[in-house]
Amino acid sequence: MIGLLAEVPYWGQSLLRVLGGLVAVLLPAGTIVYIFLFKMMSFMQSRLGPMEAGPYGSMQLFAEVGKWLQKEDIVPDRADARIFKMAPIIVLVSTFLLVVVVPFGPDAFFTNFETGVFYALAVSSVSVLGILIAGWSSANKYSLLGGLRAAGQLIAYELPMVLAVMGVVIQAGTMNLQKIVVAQNSGSMFGIDVVGHPYVVSQFVGFIIFMIAIQAELTQAPFDMPIAESELVSGYMTEYSGFRFLIFFIGEFATAGVFAMIASVLFLGGWGVPFTWFGWTSIDDIANWMNFVGPLIMFTKMMLLVFIIMWIRFSYPRLREDQLQRFAWKGLIPVALANIMVTSILKVVF
Amino acid sequence: MTMLGDRQQLSYIASQAADARLNLELETEGMTLNIGPQHPATHGTLRIIARLDGEQVVWAEPACGYMHRGYEKLTEVRTFPQVTTLVNRIDWLGSFANEVPFILAAEKLMGVEAPTRAQYIRTILFELSRIANVSLFLGDLGVQLGAITPVFLAFRDREYVLNLIESATGGRFHPNFDRIGGLKDDLPAGWIDETRAVMKKLRNFCDQIEDLLFGNEIFQSRTRGIGVIPRDVALQYGLSGANLRASGVDWDLRRDQTLPMMWNKADWKVWTHPDGDSFARCWIRLQETRESTKIVDQLLGSIPSGPVMAKVPKIIKVPEGEAWVSTENPLGEMGYYVVSRGDLGPFRVKIRSASFNNISITPWLLRGVYVPDIVTILASLYFILGDIDR
Repeated sequence: MIGLLAEVPYWGQSLLRVLGGLVAVLLPAGTIVYIFLFKMMSFMQSRLGPMEAGPYGSMQLFAEVGKWLQKEDIVPDRADARIFKMAPIIVLVSTFLLVVVVPFGPDAFFTNFETGVFYALAVSSVSVLGILIAGWSSANKYSLLGGLRAAGQLIAYELPMVLAVMGVVIQAGTMNLQKIVVAQNSGSMFGIDVVGHPYVVSQFVGFIIFMIAIQAELTQAPFDMPIAESELVSGYMTEYSGFRFLIFFIGEFATAGVFAMIASVLFLGGWGVPFTWFGWTSIDDIANWMNFVGPLIMFTKMMLLVFIIMWIRFSYPRLREDQLQRFAWKGLIPVALANIMVTSILKVVF
Repeated sequence: MTMLGDRQQLSYIASQAADARLNLELETEGMTLNIGPQHPATHGTLRIIARLDGEQVVWAEPACGYMHRGYEKLTEVRTFPQVTTLVNRIDWLGSFANEVPFILAAEKLMGVEAPTRAQYIRTILFELSRIANVSLFLGDLGVQLGAITPVFLAFRDREYVLNLIESATGGRFHPNFDRIGGLKDDLPAGWIDETRAVMKKLRNFCDQIEDLLFGNEIFQSRTRGIGVIPRDVALQYGLSGANLRASGVDWDLRRDQTLPMMWNKADWKVWTHPDGDSFARCWIRLQETRESTKIVDQLLGSIPSGPVMAKVPKIIKVPEGEAWVSTENPLGEMGYYVVSRGDLGPFRVKIRSASFNNISITPWLLRGVYVPDIVTILASLYFILGDIDR
C-alpha cells in the first residue's frame, strides 16, 4: 500500500488524501451526526423524529439528499449567477480544508502541519466569504440583511476564538495539533503522570469561550440571527434551492462536527484518553493500537461536544444583533485576554 | 448673553451644520422591506411595509385585507342558527369563543335565556378554547424568538384540550355547538373527570413554559423594554384583552360585565402588569392560562343537572331590534352588533374583533425599532389573521 502511494505523484497523493477525507471521515460522520441530532432533538421535543427511511429512520440523510437532488436549481433573475452558484461551494470547501489538519491517531492524519492551529483558524474564516457572497449575490433584501449580519457576527467571534486557542498554544508550546494532543496525553496532572493532562482542566475558561465562539461561528441558536427564520425567512440561504441548499444544509452539520473535532483536539486530549500513556514511553510505542482506537475515541468526544452545541441550540431563544456584538466585544474578548495573561504568567512561573 | 455665550452658540450651530452636511453627503436611500404577505413571522397573510434605515425601522404600516372573507355581509344571507358556522372561523384557534357573543346577542333580542347547566357548559367550553388558543401562543412565542422546542410542547398539550372539545362538541376546531337558547347536546359521560386530568397537565405545561422561556435571560433581554405601550396610548388605540392589561389597565369583561355566563361563580384573579412591554404581554397571557384552568376546575365541581336547551320555536325568527354583546375572548374584546328586522336572518351584523384594533397600534409601536424587534412586538401583540380580516 505504501509502495503504491510512493509511485503516485505528489498532487495525486494530495487528491487521494482529500478524497479519503471526504469518504472516510466526512460522509460517515455527517450521516451519524445527522441522525443522532435529529433523534436527540425529537426526544427533547417529545416526538419520534424520522422513522420511515431505513430501520429506525437511520437512512434519513440519504432520503433527504435524494429529495434535494431532484429539485430544480433556481437562480433568481437579478442574481449574479456565477457568484451565486459559487457561494455554497466556498462554504463547504472551508469545512473540508479544516478536516485536513485534524489528527485521529498517532499516524492517522491527513497532513501534519507545524502551524496546524494557525491554519485551522485561518481556513475556518473562509466560510465568511461564502456567506457574504451568498447574501449579496442573491439580490434579495432578506439575504442581504442575513449576509451582513453573518459577516459582522463571524468576524466578531473569530477574535475570542483565536484568543481562547492562544492559551492552549502557550501551554503546549507548539502550534502543531498532533503535538498538542501528545502534550496533553503525556502530561501530568497534580503530580500524577499516567492520567495525562487534558487542557479542559487548566484552560477551562478558554474552553468555555471557545465553545461559545464556535456556537456563534456555526450560527446556531442563540447566535443564529444570520438565518433567523422568523425574521429573515432563511437569511443568506433564502434564494437557494436544490443541491445548493443541500450543500448549505449539510455543511452546517458537517461544520459543527469538524469544529467539535478541533475543540476536542485542543481541549479534551484528541485521540487519547486518561491512562493512554500508561506503561509507554513514546508515541511510536502506542502507535500500533492507538491508530485503531484513536479515531473511535475522537469520534466519541466529537459527538459529546456536538451534543452540547445542539442541546444549547434547541433550548435557547435567539439574541438580538446588538446584544450579540456587545457580548463578544465587552464580555468574551476581555475575559479571553485576561485568560491569556494569566496563562502566560503561570507558564513563566512554573 | 455675553459675547462668549454667543460664540459658543455660533460654534454649536456651525458644528450642527457640518453634521447636517455630512449626513446629506452620506445619506443612503433606505430600503423598503415587505414583511409578508407570506412570511414566517406573520403566521398568516399579513403584510407589513417597513421602511428601513440599516436595520432600524423608520416607518411601518400593516396592510391587512389579504384574507378578507366578508363575514359581515355573508351573515345577511344566512339564518340566525347558520351564522355560528361562519363566525367560528374568525379566530380559528379559539372557535367556540366566537360563537358565544353572537348567540348571546340573539338571545338578548329574543328574550330567551339558556338553562343554568347550558350556561355552565358554555363557560367551560369558552375557557377551554381560551386555553387551546393561548397555549399555542406560548409555544409560538418561542419560535418567533428562535427557540424551537416550546412549540412542540404547546402542540402536544393543546391536543389534550382539542380532544376534550372534540369529544364534547364533535368538532376540534370549529365546534358549531352553541344554539340560541342553549347547546346542541349535553356533555358525554366521563368528560368531567377527563377534563380535570387535562387541566392538571395544562398547569404543568404552564410551569414548563415558565421555566423554559420566561426564566431565560435571553428571552428576558429580548422582550423586556421592547415595544412599550403606555397606559393612555393603549386606551387611545382601543387595545383590549391581555395587551391592555399588560399596560396596567385593570379591565376584564368577564368580571366587569353581567352576562348570562358563569364566570362570577368561580374564584379567579385578573392579572395586570405595570410595564406595558412585550414581556408583560406574554406574562399576562401565561397567568391567564393558569387562571382559566382554575375557572374550569371550579365550574366542573359545581355544574348543576338539568336541561341544556330552553324552549325555543323550531323555526327561529328574531324580533325586530338591535343588540350589542361583547365578551372577553382569548385575543381581547370581541363583540357583535346585531340588527334584526324580524326575519329569519339578521339584517346587519357588525363584528368587532380584537386583533383588528390590536394591530392598529403597530405604526406607532414599530417606529424606531430594529428588525428583530418587529418580530418580538408582533408576536407579543398576538393577533390571528382571521380575526383581523374577518
